[in-house]
Parts: sequence; C-alpha cells; structure tokens
Amino acid sequence: MAIIIGILAIVFIVMTVMVLGKTQSLLKGIRPTDSETSSEGEYVDDANNFNGYAMFVFWVISVVGVVWSFLYYREDFLPEAASVHGKETDYWFWVSMAVIMVGFFVVNSLLFFFAYKYRFKKGRVATFYPHNNKLEVIWTVIPAIIMAGLVFSGLKVWTDVMADAPADAEVVEIMGKQFGWQVRYPGVDDNKLGKYNFKLTDATNEFGIDLADENSFDDFTSNTEMHIPVGKPVLLKIRARDVLHSVFIPHMRVKMDAVPGMPTKFWFTPTQTTDQARAELGNPEFDFEIACTEVCGRSHFAMKLRLIVEDEATYNKWKREQKPFLAMNPDYIEKVPANLKAKAMKYLPVEESTNLVVAEDEATAGGAGTQAALK
Amino acid sequence: MAAVTAHVADVHAHEEHEHHELSFVRKYIFSEDHKTIAKQYLISGIIWAVIGGLMSVVFRLQLGFPNLDMAWLKPILGQWVSISAEGVGKLDPNFYLALVTMHGTIMVFFVLTAGLSGTFSNFLIPLQIGARDMASGFINMLSYWFFFLSSMVMFVSIFVETGPAGGGWVVYPPLSALADANPGSGIGMTLWLVAMALFIVSSLLGGINYVTTVINLRTRGMSFDKLPLTIWAFTFTAILGILAFPVLFSAALLLIFDRSFGTSFFLSEIYVNGQALPNQGGSPILFQHLFWFLGHPEVYIIILPALGITSEVIATNSRKPIFGYKAMIFSMAGIMFLAFIVWAHHMFVTGMNPFLGSVFMLLTLIIAVPSAVKAFNYITTLWRGNIVFTPAMLFAIGLVSFFVSGGLTGIILGNSALDIQLHDTYFVVAHFHIVMGAAAIFGMLAGVYHWFPKMFGRMMNAKMGYAHFWLTFISSYLVFFPMHYIGIAGFPRRYYQWSGFATFDSYADLNAFITVAAIISVAAQAIFISNFVYSIFKGKKAPANPWNSNTLEWTTDNPGHGNWPGEIPTVYRWPYDYSKPNSAVDFIPQNIPYSSTPESNLPHENEMIADEKEIEKLEFDRSIPD
Repeated sequence: MAIIIGILAIVFIVMTVMVLGKTQSLLKGIRPTDSETSSEGEYVDDANNFNGYAMFVFWVISVVGVVWSFLYYREDFLPEAASVHGKETDYWFWVSMAVIMVGFFVVNSLLFFFAYKYRFKKGRVATFYPHNNKLEVIWTVIPAIIMAGLVFSGLKVWTDVMADAPADAEVVEIMGKQFGWQVRYPGVDDNKLGKYNFKLTDATNEFGIDLADENSFDDFTSNTEMHIPVGKPVLLKIRARDVLHSVFIPHMRVKMDAVPGMPTKFWFTPTQTTDQARAELGNPEFDFEIACTEVCGRSHFAMKLRLIVEDEATYNKWKREQKPFLAMNPDYIEKVPANLKAKAMKYLPVEESTNLVVAEDEATAGGAGTQAALK
Repeated sequence: MAAVTAHVADVHAHEEHEHHELSFVRKYIFSEDHKTIAKQYLISGIIWAVIGGLMSVVFRLQLGFPNLDMAWLKPILGQWVSISAEGVGKLDPNFYLALVTMHGTIMVFFVLTAGLSGTFSNFLIPLQIGARDMASGFINMLSYWFFFLSSMVMFVSIFVETGPAGGGWVVYPPLSALADANPGSGIGMTLWLVAMALFIVSSLLGGINYVTTVINLRTRGMSFDKLPLTIWAFTFTAILGILAFPVLFSAALLLIFDRSFGTSFFLSEIYVNGQALPNQGGSPILFQHLFWFLGHPEVYIIILPALGITSEVIATNSRKPIFGYKAMIFSMAGIMFLAFIVWAHHMFVTGMNPFLGSVFMLLTLIIAVPSAVKAFNYITTLWRGNIVFTPAMLFAIGLVSFFVSGGLTGIILGNSALDIQLHDTYFVVAHFHIVMGAAAIFGMLAGVYHWFPKMFGRMMNAKMGYAHFWLTFISSYLVFFPMHYIGIAGFPRRYYQWSGFATFDSYADLNAFITVAAIISVAAQAIFISNFVYSIFKGKKAPANPWNSNTLEWTTDNPGHGNWPGEIPTVYRWPYDYSKPNSAVDFIPQNIPYSSTPESNLPHENEMIADEKEIEKLEFDRSIPD
C-alpha cells in the first residue's frame, strides 16, 4: 500500500514540476521579459519565482511526509529493549533524537523559508551583512553546550555498559565462523570454560577445545541455539575463527565484533523471557535472534542463531540435560593427557568407558590400536 | 566596474602571447594545462559516477524486490546471475557483496575524491588566485595519468573471473586477505590494492601541487585573507589528503604483504577451509586503525571542497557577502584538525578498549560545533539576500539541507553508547549517504553548473538544470530518509536479503519504495549528462562573467594558455563585495581598487587606499615560467 502511495507521490511531484515548468515557458511568451534586458541580474530567468515557491512547498510536503511516515513505520521498529542496558540506551537514543529533530525542523525550515522569502525581486538590494561576532559566538556556544550534555550522558551510559561483568555472571562463549554461530557453555560441574587452541580445530572439534585442560571436560556446545537465564547478568565471550564477524542481538541492544586472534566480550542482563516476549507481542512464533553485522562473505546474511531466554530454573534444567562435548565425541578421550584420563572417563558413556579401559591396556601393551579399539 | 569591462574587452588580444601551437596529444591528452586536466578529471568522474550509480541500481533491485527474476541481466552480468530450473534468474550473493564494495570504492575515491577535488582544485586554484597554471604542470599531468591508470586497473578488476573485491569498501582483513574465505579476495582484491596504491600516488601528486600553488603563486595583493573560500577549502582538503593518504598506503602495503608474502600483520589464529593457518600475533584491529586514519579524513576530503563550492555559489547568487568569512575559515580549519583525531568512532564495537571509545566519542561530538557554525552561516547568508536560483544555487541549497539533515544523525552515531545498537545498520547507511554522499555530489553538481561557462565557454540549459535538480533532490531524500526507519528497526548493512530473520522480515514495501526512488534518482542524471554533453558543443555562448561574480576567474574570457591574455589582474579586496551599500552595481570584483569606488567604501577601506600603491609596486617573479 505504502509503496503505491509513494510511487504516486513521486509521479505527482514530477507532473507538478513539469506542468509548472510548462506554464512558466508559456507565460514567458506572453509576458514582456524585462528581466532579460536589465543589466543587473541579467541571468535571472522567469523560473526564479517558481523555484522560490517550490523550495517552500517542498519543505511543507516534506514535513508532512516525515511526520506521517514516522507514525506509520514506527509500528515495525524493534519492540522495547529486552535488556537492562538496552532500556538505558533506548532512552538516550530517543532523547537525542528529539534534540536533533528540533534542529532538523528549525534549521531546514529557516533554509527553505529564506530561499522562498528572499527570492530575487527586481530593484531590491540585498543587505550587506558580512559578519556579526555576537551571533557567531551564540551559535558556537549553544551547540557546544548541547553537545556537552549529550557527551556526558553518553559517557556515563557507555562506561556502565562496558564495565567489567559482575563476578556471578553466567558465562557463554560464542564463536563466529563462515557461516554460523556456535556456542559453548562452561558445563555444570566446574562452571569454567576450558582452554582452546585454534590449531586443535577440526570438523568435529569446531571450537578447538583443548582437552588437555580438565575444565573442558564438562563443556558442552551447540550450533543451533543459545539459552540464557532472565534477570541474571550474562557474559558473552566472543571470538571468531576465520574472519571478522559481529554478534548482534537486536532485541537486547547487544553488538560486539568477533575477531580472530583477539577475544572480545559483552555482558548484559536480559529482562524478558522468550515466553514473556511472545505473550507481549501476541506472536507465539516469536524468537530472539542473533545475527551477524560485520560482512563476512557469501552467507553473511544467513548467520542466524536462536536465542532462548528462560527463567533460571528452566535454564539450569536445560543445562543439566546437555551432554558435554566429550560425551558426544568419545574419540577425543585420546587427546586427554594420561594423568587426567581417569577424571575425563566419567563424562564418557558407560560402554565407551569400559571399551576404553581395554583400549588403554592395549595401548600400554605397545599397540597403536586405540583408535581401532574405540571403533 | 568600468575597469572590469575594459579588462574583459581585450580578451582576444592574446594571440601573439601564445608561445607555440601544441600538438593534439599535448593539448588534450598528455596536457599540462590545469584547465584541461580539470576537464579530464571531471569527465572521468562522471563516467565513474554512472558506473557506480548503475551498480547501486542492481543491488537495490535485489533488496527492494528479492523475488525479482533477474534473468534479463544475464547478458550483462553473465555467470553472476544463475538461472534456476524454472528459469528464474538470481543474483549471486558474492557478486552482491562485490557490487556493494565497488559502489563504495568508486563513489568515495573515484567520483567524490578524484572527480570533485581533481576537477575543481585543478580548475579553480590557478584561476581564482591569479596564477598562469599550477606550480608544476608536469606533476599535475602525472597526477591525472596515475589516476587514469588506477581507474583502468579498478575497471579491469570488475571483469575477472572470481569477481572484484567483495569485502566492503573498507576491505577489512582477514576477509580481504584470504581467497579461501571469499572469491573476491583473490585476484580481484589484488587489483583493488594495486589500483588504490596508484590512486594514492595520484592524490599525493595532486595535493602537493595544490598546496604549493596556493602558497607560492598568488597574484599581487591576493593575501590569505582575500582568498575565496573555495581556495581555503581546496587547500585544507589537500593538506588532509597529504597527511592521511600515506597511512592508507601503509595499510594497503601491509595487507599486500599478508596476502602474498606470508607475513602476519593483520592475521592471527585463523582456521579456514579445513586447516589452521600458521599466522599468529597479527591484529585485524590494527588494519582498522590504519584504514580509518585515512577513512575518516577521507569523508572531509570529500565534503570540504563541496562546502567551499557552496560558499562561493551561495554568496554569488544571494547577492550577499558570505556571512562570517573568517568564521568559515576557522571552522574549516577546526574540521580539518579534528578530522584526524576522530577516526576510531568507526570502531566503537570492534573490541577496541572501551576507554578509547570514550575519548573518541568526546572528540567526535566536538566536530559538530564547527559543522553547525558552517550551516548557520550559509543560512544567514541567504537571509535578506536577493536570491537568484540558478541550477548551481539550487544544488548548493540542496547541499546545505543534506549537510544539516545528515549531519544531525552523526550526533547520535558519534555517541558510543547509542552506536552499540546502530553500528552497521541502515541508520549508518542513511547518515553517511545524506551527509557525505548526496551532499558532496550536490556540491559537485553545483560546481559544474556554476563553472561550466568558464570551463567550456558555453552555458548549460537552465531549464533542464531545474528539472535535474528537483528530480534528484526529491528522489535522494526519498531514497535515504526512509533508511533511518529501517536502521532503527535494526536491519544490518550488506545483507543480500533480510527475510531469513523474523526480526528483519518487515519493511518489504519500504525497501521496494526506496528502490523505485533510487532508480528515479539515477535516471534523472540522464538529464544532466545530456545537458552537459549537448552544451559543450551546442550551448549558448557564455559571457565572461555570466553570474556577475567577484572572483578572478570571471575577469578572463575563455581562458587559454596562461589564463589571462595580458598581465594577471591585481587583487585589492576580498571576494564577497556583493550588494555593497551605495554602490551602483551589486558586485565589485576583487580586481577593482578601493580608490575607484569611493562611494561604497567603508571607513576602514578608505584607509586601505594608501596600501594600493604598495600592492602595485610588487613585482611578479619573472623567473617562474608562464
């Protein structure tokens, strides 16, 4: 609908311009064109008045268009922020928006009004007005004061958002790769993320989890969804394994680049569970989504990860149900150093661990048959 | 006034002054004449603008009508349009990224740097300061031909099999360094880097020449406080370029090393295409710092000349002195200085230390102050003027509106806390397209309409100019204004399509609308180009001073070799004596001495009559060859 209105608007504007232009040139034939003979302003043609009026008309239509389109399209703006800091940044966004909108309307109105009002009139002499220091000072100082206000509010919010995460924050690692997001949780036993090393990356161990670190034994991963608890600080440990990516959670007002070789972080506190958001928006299909905002190649536009925000009990239940990476991929027990094997064993499925004991014996017996035994 | 007309009358007396006839090649191709070089830059810039504009139409079609059958583009785009079993043509996502990348590169560097500065700095500096030519005609010629070579390399890169560079115009590594990560990072990226290296050489040769010329070759009496604001703007622009482009060169060079010689300046801990790369210890953030150290001054390299042109056009056509001449100079100087210390506002959420973010937010928001001063001064110049809407004037007013509307959203984006959400969304796209895309192109068009008579000795058709202006102005706002809404809704940049995300699955109608408006705005340029080409050959013959303007270039009719047939005029006054009280005419050119205008002199100007003798006593340095 809007597109039809838009196209029609353009067509009408173009037609108006053409009709007025035509009228002007017709009038030119009738009117004595004294402007052409005068030496002063000899290049002033009879479209000058039209252009002067058009400036003003353009602005009036624009004001209507700006207000109407804002009211119309605001429906599809993002809903209220679903995180603590997001509510803060949203507030300051709209405050700044109000300030600049005043500037936008006042300055443009003056520009187009003056263009219309002071259009060429024969015999009028422009006012010779080369400078006025008082005015200059006024309009240097006023923007400076407004800027200062915005800077200090911005600084405060920025410092709070970027401050170190609280110690009790829920830690989730998120890694970008071409083309998808993967998440890793520190596990339920030690609640610590194990080390990683990009050189250990392979088709299964996409994170390059270092199994020489015992903290990694209970880490579990996902490439389809991220779960986080509501009302609790969540610290995202962000990294990328191939090119730059950028974690963007629109509803949470979260964004931070994922940089290969330089882990980054962002912490925030969700204020709304997925279910609450669904109820509020009246959309049972609704999901929080994580997108990529740093161009990363062909499928940059398709790096989507579902984000599920739930109450802490459900979240903890979900966490306990997840199988650690080691349990999912028992082959990797091989990478665990001998002194930690016993500890790692308990993460393996039962039959696997029995097999492994056998394999272990064979291995110590001098055979290289561990791999075979596992299979 | 009498003196001017007398001066103009004997234009054709300069035939015997000519040294010798130049061959066609030396006159039109490998020319050392600043006016010819300016025209070469202008025409190259226009050709590039057409290419860059058409590219935007293709990716706008993809964004506005994601289900559109693009099979009709197959004859032009070849392998980049794949035809499905049902015969529906789809644009390749890699090529979409390449188009976005090339559109940015072409518009920023080839159109709005070379096409804008190259044209008007070259054309106007000697003519407005009263010099026979640039300090070094030869270096000036080299500057154009390095640009031409750069253009050729970039043009060729569009046609290579793996496609042109496709990692965005900012070419952030590792994406731009790894051919495994993106086909455009193969030979296409190599050619991109070579083209940019050549471009930087060209830009430096040009910039050094502009600054040298302005400092050394000003005519008698043309002290710095009498320079037109155009010249101030071009000088500041050249200084920005000289200091900033070498840093981009170093970034490009290090990237070339990383790509081809196995170094690790920007690469670290990368696993791509099934294997871990040996590179360790590099930092992709380092590249971003180097890139934006040029990248941010670059946007002022683009907008300052446009603002300079606007100052001149608005003063002339308001028939009023520019308001706050000195404030304009100081604000441009302030912008130039601040331009160097705000670059990291492009990097608030790249993982850079948040403390740096605070510092750069502070510095960035300061730059709004001199920018605001400029906008207010333009508007006050219109106040109580006697405004003549030449096409140039319309475009200049359009520029002021864009500069204000687009500049204001910069206040939001420069605030690091608010930038978290808006970074790399369409809000940013809207912001910079209005403030430095549309505004700068409007400055360029204003310049073309205003100085066309001096460039080609003929007038452009004004009626077509008006139609061109209104169509372009309205459609540009219709393209870029709605993008703010899309940005507030969080839509990310450089997305091939959005419908994969429920969050971004709205605004299909608005995106289609933008595409339609974009097509109209590009199509409207046909009016300009036909007017431009037609007028070069068939336009009405232009008088020496068609706009009754004050600056020196209007004192020479059809400037030939050496610009002025006789002696170069001497300058006695500032360039903005329009509508001076008690003057019989509403403009007094710079070469009219105060002694011949006693009726309109202000008290302190009467005192300056005594200095005129001093100015006239100055001898030209004859050792500088004409």
